[in-house]
Amino acid sequence: MTTAAGEETASSAVPPQVIDLLNAALVAELTVMDARGRLFTDPLIPMWDGEHVLMTSSVLFSRKLQRIKQNPHVSVSLSDPVAIPSEPFGRATIQGEARVIDDDLHAGWERLLPLWISKEPSVKKILRFRFALPLFWERAVIEITPRRVFFWRDGDTASEPDVVEIEAAA
Amino acid sequence: MNLPDALGRLSRYMQAVIVTRDGEGHPYSVATDFEVSGETVILRPPKTGPVSIQTTDVHVVFSRIRPLPGYGYDERSYVELAGDLAPDGSWRFIPMRARGWDEADLPFFELCERALPQARRYMEEVGQAQGTKVKPRMSAGWKFFVATRLPFLTATLVPVFLGIAVAAYERRFSWPLMALTLVGAIAVHLGLNIANDIFDARSGADEVNLNPTMFSGGSRAIQYGLLTMRQMVTLSVVCYSVAIACGLVLTWKSGLGLLWVGLAGILISVFYTAPPFRLVHRGLGELSVALGFGPIMVLGAYYVQTGHYALRPLLLSVPVAVFVMLILYANEIPDRVADAKAGKRTLVVRWTPDAVIARYALSAAVAYVVLIAGNVFGVLPRPTLIGLLTIPLAWYVARGLKKHFFSPYGVVPALQSNILLHLATGILLIAGVLVAKVVA
Repeated sequence: MTTAAGEETASSAVPPQVIDLLNAALVAELTVMDARGRLFTDPLIPMWDGEHVLMTSSVLFSRKLQRIKQNPHVSVSLSDPVAIPSEPFGRATIQGEARVIDDDLHAGWERLLPLWISKEPSVKKILRFRFALPLFWERAVIEITPRRVFFWRDGDTASEPDVVEIEAAA
Repeated sequence: MNLPDALGRLSRYMQAVIVTRDGEGHPYSVATDFEVSGETVILRPPKTGPVSIQTTDVHVVFSRIRPLPGYGYDERSYVELAGDLAPDGSWRFIPMRARGWDEADLPFFELCERALPQARRYMEEVGQAQGTKVKPRMSAGWKFFVATRLPFLTATLVPVFLGIAVAAYERRFSWPLMALTLVGAIAVHLGLNIANDIFDARSGADEVNLNPTMFSGGSRAIQYGLLTMRQMVTLSVVCYSVAIACGLVLTWKSGLGLLWVGLAGILISVFYTAPPFRLVHRGLGELSVALGFGPIMVLGAYYVQTGHYALRPLLLSVPVAVFVMLILYANEIPDRVADAKAGKRTLVVRWTPDAVIARYALSAAVAYVVLIAGNVFGVLPRPTLIGLLTIPLAWYVARGLKKHFFSPYGVVPALQSNILLHLATGILLIAGVLVAKVVA
């Protein structure tokens, strides 16, 4: 890791402060690129499973899924102090490679439910009326493997970030 | 969202996220402060470690929600601007395109409806990759529930029980005939609901409706890919077959007089949306529903038990007919734009908003006046006056419809109360008749 002061440290994992942000964030901005390299950003709920940043997207809003399949490089920005009730607040950007898991659109994403409900408790109630909006609940999982993490302490992006390069697992 | 509109919204956001590519061409994003200056956005230069921000083809994203602890969040909105940074190194961003969403302007449910073609495309792609057909999964029971719009059966149960109650008041009652009447009436109602969806899907009315609610816009079973057109046709035919079979048995048991009422009911329900008559497209939908779920069902149920028609059930059917008609009438308010596009010239499409509300109030008043008149002239038993207790509810619904006329989702509580108005008035009338029977 390179700290804001330019010091090299031994860590190559996602910093715990960034994991705290991921666990607290109600919204993050996911940027994807299509095959022509064009950028597209959508707000989504980020979740952390200990190894990956996880997001879920309905088939209704599945252009981002198609784009990730064309180009797996993505960036996740944790930026909004209102949407990230974390103390102390910080800002982070996670660059990584995303994989779309859509082999079971109906139930595959349900493994995210505990994490999702912890951030959006109303989902548990809304899910009871799944029949009313069935296509919204046909969903894919976006699994992002972090490759490089930028962390701005106190959320001040006018100062240099800590940067962590994360090696791909062998 | 066009560019001036997007720029006008930026004051609502607390921070900007600059989106660009890093040296390897991978996406990179960093938050910063900003201020809007005319048609440009002044960004505070962020520190980005080893990444240098390019000056061309830069995106700047603004996103916000309102957290609601214990619930989640609401007031979602975002704006994404695409453009270039000024070449003078001033961090002045010159946007050229905008996209975004604000749920205050475009409700989430409408956003979902607009996205249906994309969902179909994606599921088709996934299906091709998997070598199978991918459709939204739902149990057969739920599909039946959705496709037949089962909760709307109250519109049938109220008049059928009212007709039977009046017969019982006159000391004519048979359990087996009641059971068969219920099965037949329910079957024709479910058949009607499905047929309505089939013909609306064929005419395109449901497809262009981007504001469906739980009370309007059909079941969406075809649009959501839950059932195919062929399956819907089969289901409708089965329902109508059951209804016709019940009707024939009841005619055999009760008399030929039932045939005409039954036939009228079936024809009205089929040609409600079916060509060549398409009654609902000619502004006759409300009248058809009033007749079908009012006098036809009340008198039919009464005839099955008594073998004759009478003025008392006819008078009692009027409030029920009016209020069921008003369910359809009010449900057409959020549908009116889509209906107009599909050439479905409902009364709500034809009339001005003020006229729609005034005629709602007038119709409700007629229902209560008939109830009072029936009592004044001694045709109806006094306890049926209990039906007047719903007058405040009718007033509340009329006010809600007026207030939220132009808000497809804001009007939903008024539509819910409108259904309750029909149900409550019907139950009170049935109760009134039964009380009169006990007292007599």
